[in-house]
Parts: sequence; C-alpha cells; structure tokens
Amino acid sequence: MIEEDDIDLLLNDLFDLYGYDFTRYSRASLKRRIIRLCSLDKFPSFAELRYRVRNDPSYLKRLVEEVTVNVTEMFRDPAFYKSLREEVLPVLGTKPFIRIWHAGCSTGEEVYSMAILLKEANLLRRSLLYATDLNPSVLEKVRKGIFPLGLMKQYSESYITSGGTRDFSSYYTAQYGQAKFDNELSEKIIISTHNLVSDSSFNEFDLILCRNVLIYFDKELQDRVLKLFDASLGTLGYLALGTKETLKFSAVQHKFKQLNREKIWKKII
Amino acid sequence: MEENHLSHTCEFLLIGGSAGSLEVLFRLLPLLRADLPFPVALVLHRRNSGDSTLSGLLASKTSNPTQEVEDKEPVTPGTIYLAPADYHLLIERDRTFSLDYSEKINFSRPSIDVTFESAAEVYGPGLVAILLSGANEDGTGGLTAVKQAGGTAVVQNPDTAQMPFMPHYALTHLPIDHVFDTMEMASFINSLT
Repeated sequence: MIEEDDIDLLLNDLFDLYGYDFTRYSRASLKRRIIRLCSLDKFPSFAELRYRVRNDPSYLKRLVEEVTVNVTEMFRDPAFYKSLREEVLPVLGTKPFIRIWHAGCSTGEEVYSMAILLKEANLLRRSLLYATDLNPSVLEKVRKGIFPLGLMKQYSESYITSGGTRDFSSYYTAQYGQAKFDNELSEKIIISTHNLVSDSSFNEFDLILCRNVLIYFDKELQDRVLKLFDASLGTLGYLALGTKETLKFSAVQHKFKQLNREKIWKKII
Repeated sequence: MEENHLSHTCEFLLIGGSAGSLEVLFRLLPLLRADLPFPVALVLHRRNSGDSTLSGLLASKTSNPTQEVEDKEPVTPGTIYLAPADYHLLIERDRTFSLDYSEKINFSRPSIDVTFESAAEVYGPGLVAILLSGANEDGTGGLTAVKQAGGTAVVQNPDTAQMPFMPHYALTHLPIDHVFDTMEMASFINSLT
C-alpha cells in the first residue's frame, strides 16, 4: 500500500534531484502508474523504489517513461482527422508556410497521421511538424517512424474513415513485422524534448495539437499549459485537443471559438 | 440478507457491467427514485466508437440527470455519470473525475477494476459497488479493493445474468455482501441514504 505522503516524497525527489515536476499531474492516475512501476520492476516496497530513484540517475529515464502514459495510435478518432482535412487544411493552405506543433506527441503516430494529411492536401512540402515530448526515448521512435505491422489493418480502417482514399500501405515499407514510414514524411518532422510543465514557448504556430495530454494534469496546470499554447499560436491559428478535453472554463477561452463538434478551436483574438 | 436493508449510508454508488448489463440497466434505472441523494457512476464495456448515443438512451430511462463524464468534473450527488468510451475513469481525492488513456486492463478501457479501486481509496466505507452481467474477469479486483476499504460489494445474481461469468467470478473470489436480481437491486439502492 502506497500512501499519499510517499508519493509526495517521491515527487519532491524527482523535482529536487532532476528538475522533473509531476506535482500538478492528476494524482489518481499518477499513483496508479507508480504502483504499476513498483510491480513491473519488482520493488519489494515503495522505499526501495525511492532509494533507486535517489541513488541511480540512470533509472530516471525508465521512471519517466513508465509513469507518463505513452499509449497512442494513428488516425485516432477518424472524425477528428476528417475535420482537419476538410475544414482546417484548406485554410492553412492559403499560407506560404505552415508550422504545426504536436505537444506531448509520445511515439508519434498522430504526427505521421498529420504528415499523411498534409501530403494528400499537397501541403507537405511547405510544412514543418514539430514533435515534442518530455520523454527522450519515445522521441527516438518518432525519429525512426517504425510501428508494429500488426496494427496497420486497424490504422488503415481509421485512415479510410477519416476520408483517406489512397492505399494506406503505400505510405510504409513492411519488413520483419514492422512498418517503416516513408522518409518523405519523417524528414518534415522536427523532434525535440519539451516539458509542458516547465518549458516556455519556442515558436509561433498555425496549428497546435495536444491530444489526451491535458487529462493527466490538474486544473491549474491545464490552465497554465493552455496559456502557453495561446502564446504560441499566431492569429487565426488552430488548437486541437482530445475528445474529452476542453477550453471551456479556462482563462483563455474567450480568445477562441470552437469550430464544430470536434475539439478544434480557432484563435480569434 | 434482508436485514441489511435498513438504511445503509452511501456516498457514491458504482455500477460496473459488460455483456448483458445494458438490459439490466434499462430495467433498473426506471425503478430508481427520482432524487438520489448520492452520485452514481456507470462503467460499461462497450465499443470504442465516439458516439454518445448510449448516454442519451440511459438518460431516457431515468429522471435523474444523466451524462457522460467530462475530465476534472466534480462528482455531484443526484447525477448519474457514464464513463466515456475508451478512457479509464478515476476519482481524485478532491472528488473530481479524472480520465486516463493508459493501457487496457482486463482487455478493457474503461476497466471496472480501475474505477472501483480508485473510488475505494477516496470513499472507503461510503462506497457501494455493484457488478452486473459480463463474460470477463474485470470487476473482481475492484470489488476486492472496495471490501478492503470497508465499502459494500454487490453482484447481480448470476442465475439472472445473461452472462453469468463476471458476477460468478467475483462470488468465487471474495465475500460478497449482497447477491440481487434487478428488483432487489432497485429496492436496495432506493433504501440507501
């Protein structure tokens, strides 16, 4: 049994020793992840986990990787991608150059989905996709653009539901049970670590996607991150969140107008 | 078990179900009183399509306000909440809901275990959890956590369940406080204060 005070001690260690601040993460979910890590790595007690964290800096990478949630998929919520295709990309297409930020991109499945949309709208050549995450090891996967071949059938179905009309398998090469996505897509993706909790704005974007990341933050941190997005969006830029996330009740909501039923907002001020 | 009907206190009622549980809810919800003094959350295994017709259907069966959970929403008495498709539903110490898109548990997202365990920590003895029909092991770990925290564990009578596996699995793994058919379940819930 892990007590609330134990979690506080661990979070203090992580901040004091390594500068990672998880104190404003949703506690219920974070606690589950920590208990899960204890069992995965077979720590007999919480004290042993804490000892390892304090005394083995190389364990930090593993901890951050397992405590944060890195579950994602290509063309998740196809209706959302359809709306990007039909309502957002035609507007972005009027710009000479398109900058897109995937904040908290995890292993990059959504970044590659976006690159495919841009290619099909003939916009990929004048676009750049910035893919950031606090977790360096997931970014390595984004760089490689290699995903399990077994998932391609499901992704292909979502791609078609999102309005895709090509043969999905034309975007990757299958080998050894893996699907390697084309360099044409990956060379437009710029990868960098960025921590939404502690890092600031680094560019001005036309579209920011941050899907199923804010649910892991408490209200106050959500508000702070939404301000960061607001400061990183150009006028008439777009912000896209996860199906169950909202700008409602946030400090920046009056600056945005929701596009349609999907969780896409346009910055109007 | 009738003697236990004398007004038991409930701060939060959870109902978990899988295959065959919707039919039970469609019969149960109309039997519940209109002014439930506690919040209710339904965790149901369902297809992970984005459609929200299920919450509309459930809402049509009760005069208690019924809605899908929004992230970080306060848990409000009198409201019937439905866990959104394809997210785990957790409860924070300040009695707000949190959503989580982590790995499936028992092949399920939402997982009944995840919500029951999380609520058990927050509500302890004030929690009443009911497990309905299903063909999956999900829910038994959750009910165990509910019992350990002093809460009340209820299962649908497997004889009345379309899929008896889930309530039966719970019955064979831990001491269950009540085994009810739909009518008994309704009068039990209506007796909670």
